[in-house]
Amino acid sequence: MKLRQVLEDYTFILPAVGIFTIFYIIPFFFIFRLSLFEWDGIGRLSSATFVGLANFREIIFRDSNWWRSVGNAGWITFIALTFQNSLAFLLALACSKRIALRGVYRIIFFIPPILSEIVVGMVWRFIINDVDGANIVNRVLVCLGLHQFVRAWLSDPNTALNVVALVHSWKGFGWAFLIFLAGLQTIPREFYEAAWVDGANSWQVFKNITFPLLVPVIILVAILTILGTMQSFVLIISLVGGELAGYTSVPVLRILWVMRNSSRFGYACALGINLGIILVVASFIQYKFFKKVRNLI
Amino acid sequence: MKSIRAWILLSGLFFLGCSPPEVREKRIVIWHWMTDRQPAFQELAERYQAQRGIQVDFQLYAPSEAYSQKVRAAAQGGNLPDIFGVLSEKRDFASLIKAGYILDLTPYMEEENFAWRNRFFPQALAVNKFSPDNTYGVNPGIYAVPIDMVAIAMVYNKNLLRKLGFNPSQPPQSFEEFLNLGRKIREEKLQGLVSGWGELWLIYCFAQNYAFNIMGKEKVLATIRGEVPYTDSAWIEVLRLFEEMKNSGIITNKVVSMVNKTAEQIFANEKAVFAFNGSWCVNVYKGMNPDLDYGVMLPPRISNRFPLLVWGGAGSSFMVNAHSPYREEAVKFLKWLTALEQQSYLVRKTNNLPAIKECREDLPQVLVDFSRLLEKSTHPNSWDVWELPLVNETLARGIQAIVLGKKTPQAVAQEAQRVKERELAKKSN
Repeated sequence: MKLRQVLEDYTFILPAVGIFTIFYIIPFFFIFRLSLFEWDGIGRLSSATFVGLANFREIIFRDSNWWRSVGNAGWITFIALTFQNSLAFLLALACSKRIALRGVYRIIFFIPPILSEIVVGMVWRFIINDVDGANIVNRVLVCLGLHQFVRAWLSDPNTALNVVALVHSWKGFGWAFLIFLAGLQTIPREFYEAAWVDGANSWQVFKNITFPLLVPVIILVAILTILGTMQSFVLIISLVGGELAGYTSVPVLRILWVMRNSSRFGYACALGINLGIILVVASFIQYKFFKKVRNLI
Repeated sequence: MKSIRAWILLSGLFFLGCSPPEVREKRIVIWHWMTDRQPAFQELAERYQAQRGIQVDFQLYAPSEAYSQKVRAAAQGGNLPDIFGVLSEKRDFASLIKAGYILDLTPYMEEENFAWRNRFFPQALAVNKFSPDNTYGVNPGIYAVPIDMVAIAMVYNKNLLRKLGFNPSQPPQSFEEFLNLGRKIREEKLQGLVSGWGELWLIYCFAQNYAFNIMGKEKVLATIRGEVPYTDSAWIEVLRLFEEMKNSGIITNKVVSMVNKTAEQIFANEKAVFAFNGSWCVNVYKGMNPDLDYGVMLPPRISNRFPLLVWGGAGSSFMVNAHSPYREEAVKFLKWLTALEQQSYLVRKTNNLPAIKECREDLPQVLVDFSRLLEKSTHPNSWDVWELPLVNETLARGIQAIVLGKKTPQAVAQEAQRVKERELAKKSN
């Protein structure tokens, strides 16, 4: 009877498990296999040449374009982790208090993340670009008498990546804001009341109650930020138009280039695995770091 | 009882999902990426059906990157349509042929005393042909049919040139004249030269035009074969041209972040004096600004020692799926599509250069000017050697860096040569 019950239950989840296995699990392991081969993505798989770990050796020791793209993505992620998440945290703190129009603010702050990245890139390109856009940023700078800061923001290699990072932060902070707000609202009010009764000031309340209890949420937001930002590429295509001689190159764009332009699918798979390893290691380090911070507090 | 009902329900769903294979009526399916030609293609499909009783289905997949990926995925899955085109380099074309996906059209081209083959301009066929000593490892033959030709050259806005004090019927012929325009262009707050140099292939194409002019075609091919290094003074001279263009004001930083569509829009909106673009731009500019008054010219030459050659000849081509059950019908359709009446119709409707010699359709003057440049054209896909993709990328990105002021021509040449040597060593291992 129990066996029958178990069999019945598994029968109903079988289709979903099957689809998940075919379209996710098998391709996941297939990528590892393909990374050991040179394959042009056109001929039959049987025509692929086994090269062992040569693709990985090439990535580690010879592909400077790849590591440059990882560095660029790392910079965008750093801005996201610091500027974007700090802003989100402060706004979440403000909106968790009883301020006027906090409901309206919550809606406004959540609009950017629900917009498509292509749309965000095109709108900001129109705002910033002086070639095919309205050039609003430069016009404002000129009006304010700050002529020395006028730039071709999206085609200047010194500024293009930072512009991408800022626009990415603008788009992404809404998600972090929502998660922080939810985290703040789970902190029992009694803790704050007890602290106020004991005469604690705002900073002491934040340092001893809010921040320690929010560390799990901060870890979650940080890990999601790393995972999301390191894989971002659509914004660069719609905002800058391409890799700008490598100055706005990111890992996913490099993987796409390898697949499309050099027809090396095995190598592209190896790049993807490399990116995955980087993300796992970065997330693990971050997790350990915040755990230590929490223990210290 | 409950479990029996559950099994019956699941089995029913399973068999409902497994419907019998669709029996396809005789219909030729063609995949393409040419958004501006879809209405013309559909009209031709209807005509063909009226004449021969065979349905033809032109399916458009755009943009071109998405189309390329679709073809590649279909090749892997064995789902290629009856007729399709290949947008990428000849290397990928060769891979599809070696994998057995593309029908050898040579026997059909040789029928009736080479009647079909002789219809085409030699440059148009050259891109689709593999010679006996080709380095791609493909059996010699003709594997695709060109439906148009293209030339990539410079266009100039006659009104703006007049505004700058030049006779629009005599655009700059020498590179020095061209650079001297830079100061005046800056004063008028115009863009000098625009092009989709954010797309690496276009910047590489422009560089090659001047490579031919400075060192001759043989030395360029020798470089690709690995016999001449990229650190050769001739190549550094080619790379230096971009530095000179930047310093003169003819080009700015912005050109290296432009996609070709943006460049086309800027030129059509009369904000740029020159554009580097292909003959497909005639139809594009007509759609964006029908009153645009512009002319066609060769990029201004820097040397009289060797001719300046532009990329040309290669247009869009269609090939037949070797595994298609309707491949004979597909070949017949392609013969019909490349006949005079259909080519004339395509020229009228889409403003592209015809692939066949006898097409005497009245071309707009701009297209006539483009067609004259075909005498001074060549194309990488018509050569039997090809440069390694990573070397092309290093050169093109290096040129972008020169325009951005981040690298010197010497540094780019050294980097390109380093990558070339590394890739050649890898190939020989």
